[in-house]
Amino acid sequence: MSAFWTLLKRDLLLQVREGGAVGTALGFYLVVVTMMPLGLGPDLNLLSRIAPGVLWIALLLSALLSLPRIFEADDEDGSLEVIATGDLPLELATAAKALAHWISTGIPLALLAPVLGLLLNLELSAYPVLVATMFAGTPAISFLGAVGAALTLRVRRGGLLLALLVLPLYIPTLIFGIAAISAATGGPSGVQASFLILSAISLFSLVLGPVAAAAAIRFQTQ
Amino acid sequence: MTPSDVTSQQSLTQRLANPTRFMQLSGTLMPWLAGAAAALILYALYLAFFVAPEDYQQGQTVKIMFIHVPAAWLAMMGYALIAISSFGYLVFRHPLADVSAKAAAPIGAAFTFLALATGSLWGKPMWGTYWVWDARLTSMLILLFLYFGLIALRSAVEDEALAGKLCAVLGLVGVTILPIIKFSVDWWNTLHQPASVIRMDGPTIHPDLLWPLLVSAIGFSLLFFALHAKGMRNEILRRRLRSLTIAEVDRARGASAAAAAG
Repeated sequence: MSAFWTLLKRDLLLQVREGGAVGTALGFYLVVVTMMPLGLGPDLNLLSRIAPGVLWIALLLSALLSLPRIFEADDEDGSLEVIATGDLPLELATAAKALAHWISTGIPLALLAPVLGLLLNLELSAYPVLVATMFAGTPAISFLGAVGAALTLRVRRGGLLLALLVLPLYIPTLIFGIAAISAATGGPSGVQASFLILSAISLFSLVLGPVAAAAAIRFQTQ
Repeated sequence: MTPSDVTSQQSLTQRLANPTRFMQLSGTLMPWLAGAAAALILYALYLAFFVAPEDYQQGQTVKIMFIHVPAAWLAMMGYALIAISSFGYLVFRHPLADVSAKAAAPIGAAFTFLALATGSLWGKPMWGTYWVWDARLTSMLILLFLYFGLIALRSAVEDEALAGKLCAVLGLVGVTILPIIKFSVDWWNTLHQPASVIRMDGPTIHPDLLWPLLVSAIGFSLLFFALHAKGMRNEILRRRLRSLTIAEVDRARGASAAAAAG
């Protein structure tokens, strides 16, 4: 298990010391959310109504942008093959890398979301639920995204293909994330139900993602 | 053990693992399959246009159902077939499973598109719009995206053997998440609008409409299997041709190297 934590720590350190990736994702998130009022008009009532959807969709796109980096650098310098042949089961190695992606990208994006909510006039009662759902939902983005990143690892210009493969898989996360927020602002369903289902989806992808990603990597590094 | 003893001990799927035997069997079955599909579809169309009564609410547009419902059903069956083939390829290394998964993807995508297109043509007179964000329509659209993803991944990876394995992984991931997507889309729809818009299953209960629908469903299923078998045959031939070409190039290269050495 110590190999797992070492790998996680290494990936996080690389993210911090290389810089760039996290900042780019955050900047992209900011710019996309800023584009929305410019495209839809500055009507605050309208913005307040669509704010949860805009925040979630922009978050998905920002996270998508950084997905290829989960395995790319390690594949280029050959360390992915070393990891694949090492003692640590590849399933756990991919889990560590996806977890590092969540900590380095998912959490910062989830923390930025309420700030951007101010720009969109999001209702005050929605903020705690917004942050909670994003914390509960972003693991699914990283772990399902790892599958897409592994599948398109050696595909030239794989980024577009990655989006096509992964975005349909994000639909349940998106739906229940928004269902929970709209419930908090007076929607018909309960916050708790949507939140629990969202967490269940994240737990499910926590199991499915690393296994599928490991299989895809094993086929390519053989 | 004689070869025939070995053959008799194998299950059908094991025996079909031999591409030559598959080619023989599918070659013999093909005309019957295609003929039966054509006959049943023509009969279903005859029933639909001349025998089946109009629906008292939907009028003539109910006849779209005879193509729409089988297409929607086959769209889902196509993905199930891909999932089973992917499993067979990854777990049992069945050599034809990958061929089957590859052949099924475009056919399944075509039927999904057909279901969506006929549905929206029916929707225009019935609902007054070509597209409604209803749960069923949305999940069919997402199914189409999953098909597109499989086709795109296969065409993006150059190494054919690797492409097959990666597509098998994607196919299995897709089929695992598909029920969750379906469930979440159903939830999403009922959250926003009452589920009273569509009563597609209303008229199907009447036997006068059910019978042509069943004939049509069987006919289109046979069409699916005929197309699938044809696609598999084409793929096997294409792979043979490819390996023959590679062998030819190797031989020519060896000959030229020998000539240069001599």
